[in-house]
Amino acid sequence: MTATLVFLALLMGAVVWWLVRQTINVKPWVASAPSGAQEGVGFPAPPKVALGVLLAVITSLFALFVSAYSIRMELSDWRPLPEPDLLWVNTAILFAGSLGLQWAWRGAAREQWLAIRWGLVVGGGCALAFMAGQFMAWQGLAASGYLVASNPANSFFYVLTGLHVLHLLGGLVALARTAGHAWAGALAKTRLGVELCAVYWHFLFVVWLILFGLMLST
Amino acid sequence: MAQVAHDAVTDADLRPFEVAEEPLYHPKTFIGKYIWSQDAKIIAIQYGITAIGIGLVALVLSILMRLQLGFPESFALIDPANYLQFVTMHGMIMVIYLLTALFLGGFGNYLIPLMCGARDMVFPYVNMISYWVYLAAVLILVASFFVPGGPTGAGWTLYPPQAVIGGTPGTGAGIILMLISLCVFIIGFTMGGLNYVVTVLQARTRGMTLMRMPLTVWGIFMATVLALLAFPALFVSCIMMILDRLIGTSFFMPAMIAEGAQTAYDGGSPILFQHLFWFFGHPEVYIVALPAFGIVSDVLATHARKNIFGYRMMVWAIVAIGALSFIVWAHHMYVSGMNPYFGFFFATTTLIIAVPTAIKVYNWVLTLWRGNIQLTVPMLFAIGFIFTFINGGLTGLFLGNVTVDLPLSDTYFVVAHFHMVMAVSPVLVVFGAIYHWYPKITGRMFDETLGKIHFWITFLGTYAIYYPMHYLGFEGVPRRYYAYGETAFMSESAQDLNVAISVAAIVVALAQVIFIYNVIKSLFSGEKAGHNPWNATTLEWQTPHTPPRHGNFDEDQLPSVYRWAYDYGVPGAEQDFIPQNVPSEEMAAARAQGEARAQGETKTDG
Repeated sequence: MTATLVFLALLMGAVVWWLVRQTINVKPWVASAPSGAQEGVGFPAPPKVALGVLLAVITSLFALFVSAYSIRMELSDWRPLPEPDLLWVNTAILFAGSLGLQWAWRGAAREQWLAIRWGLVVGGGCALAFMAGQFMAWQGLAASGYLVASNPANSFFYVLTGLHVLHLLGGLVALARTAGHAWAGALAKTRLGVELCAVYWHFLFVVWLILFGLMLST
Repeated sequence: MAQVAHDAVTDADLRPFEVAEEPLYHPKTFIGKYIWSQDAKIIAIQYGITAIGIGLVALVLSILMRLQLGFPESFALIDPANYLQFVTMHGMIMVIYLLTALFLGGFGNYLIPLMCGARDMVFPYVNMISYWVYLAAVLILVASFFVPGGPTGAGWTLYPPQAVIGGTPGTGAGIILMLISLCVFIIGFTMGGLNYVVTVLQARTRGMTLMRMPLTVWGIFMATVLALLAFPALFVSCIMMILDRLIGTSFFMPAMIAEGAQTAYDGGSPILFQHLFWFFGHPEVYIVALPAFGIVSDVLATHARKNIFGYRMMVWAIVAIGALSFIVWAHHMYVSGMNPYFGFFFATTTLIIAVPTAIKVYNWVLTLWRGNIQLTVPMLFAIGFIFTFINGGLTGLFLGNVTVDLPLSDTYFVVAHFHMVMAVSPVLVVFGAIYHWYPKITGRMFDETLGKIHFWITFLGTYAIYYPMHYLGFEGVPRRYYAYGETAFMSESAQDLNVAISVAAIVVALAQVIFIYNVIKSLFSGEKAGHNPWNATTLEWQTPHTPPRHGNFDEDQLPSVYRWAYDYGVPGAEQDFIPQNVPSEEMAAARAQGEARAQGETKTDG
């Protein structure tokens, strides 16, 4: 459970530090007129905060899987499976998708519709290609006899990659909505959507790197 | 914080909000208003009714268990398999589908926007979906009663391998539906949880600083943070167990012989499941307890007409308990054969978490100290909570120590402990909270006499149920057994005690009919409550309409907050409380008036 504990310790540390900073030296019993600003509005917009919270939840989920992986790995029946080379190609594709959305994000800041639209297409296309690639990797492994239930290493491989793809699939729904805004030319909504999608794509790329690295190294 | 300098500022002088308000979705039809509703208050009531409905099922299950234990071999419909299924479903429903859903989905939805001065949750649509996903989870759970083999009987902890292999009741569709239902619940909760957290962080009205939030909001907020981070552990273990059960992976399942045949499983680790389960399971205790802590603080302050003692310490204690609750999980696993140093570590953290918890208890008691205590029905439940929580907490100190836990583990002592601390205590708060906010939710008062009868039977009755269980536990009576027969180490009186416990349990269960009758009857014939019957300070009592309409507050202007939620018994104030949205100049005027009156009285005396 070390991985999870480290993650949670960092997260809880951040939460507690932030809360203490907000709450120390405050005398709650003293009445005063409000400053006029709505509380909490110095923050980014609610959807951005919501994405941050969601990413913390997803990180918690994957950290727990990594913990389970490292505990289960120690047992005697663990036989590492050979990761297909295709996964390197998939990693590159996922990175390209992340770059595409970064490009769209930059375009959104400068109101360059071409960059936004092409960036979204690249991001979405690469995600689809990545998923197809993962599917091919599963098929290849299954064909060479590495079935999901034949060894815990295989089970973890399928579960982790499958869960990662499911998260990407959820991202594609958001991306499709953003694309709708982008083609309709709604700037404010597009800006927000592109930013959220880009952050989510980068996040899933980092998660993939960690999972891939873990599976390669064990 | 400058205090008096801004006194001249009025609402009219304030700048408009920096972020324009999102227009609320205003449905026209009945279905849009009350069924597919995006109004957090309606969603709260939907959550509440569903949770209490499924909770009543779990209550009936517990009575069936008590009938078997008190009067063995008298009821043909309860066989050993059924009994285990009742135990399992009772536990799971009460902890997750009733308490978690009711505190966060029910009270969270109703109170967060109102108490923070927001029109609604920040994502009303997601909030609506959250409820319907929760309902789906409940329906999947209920469906497991009707599949061949019935619901799972693995115990609410669902430990593998026995949850999955034959011999345990409900290893067919029962366990699968249970696991799927939990996954669905977690997805629904995550949608709701995002809303609660972001609403507290982002949608507070002017002047509602973090340190002016009522403790109810603090408790629900921190519990939601815990739940968002802890539920993934349950999600992970459910997914892996579904795979073990359905396609024969060996995440948790060791090589074993079951029912005379070698299973296909090999090498899995049941202990891994226990770690994951309790990594969720222990924070879960605080997911239920923290909202209860918050609510009880507000109920005590309001009905004792006194500010909460040590508000800042209360907030920090909530935060500290939340953070610490992640590093105590293995105290549920002392008997799993762990390294003694490991056990020592978890015993230490368990005792450390008692410190912030004790701070809260002291502060509640000191809030009552020399307060103007009004023994209303909500106050009775709140005081009942303090007693019960102290009792349950103290036995927790016993069980937190490895050497004491080993002999007591899996006995009725544990059953008594966790029912006192996380069943009866939060349920008393649930009742107190429903009585406290009933006038706001419905606009009518409940029947005070019936409420008091309900309180006394429930409060004393639960002690009649759980106190004797501590004694049974000391005798070594094991939990989860269908029947004891002639067991050598048990004294003969143990069975008499079981009869008495069962009778008390039936009486307490029947007394809940009084509560339901009271709630329904008062809906139609209760006295009109007025907008603030308890003379409370928090914003939900200052709404222009009771019950509050969609949008909560005045259509043109959200309230501005000038003070914390605990200005009760303020010297010199015209009334003995000042609502959060009353500006300082009015307070100054009231003070002057009070002083003038006091001077007048002195003159007459002289």
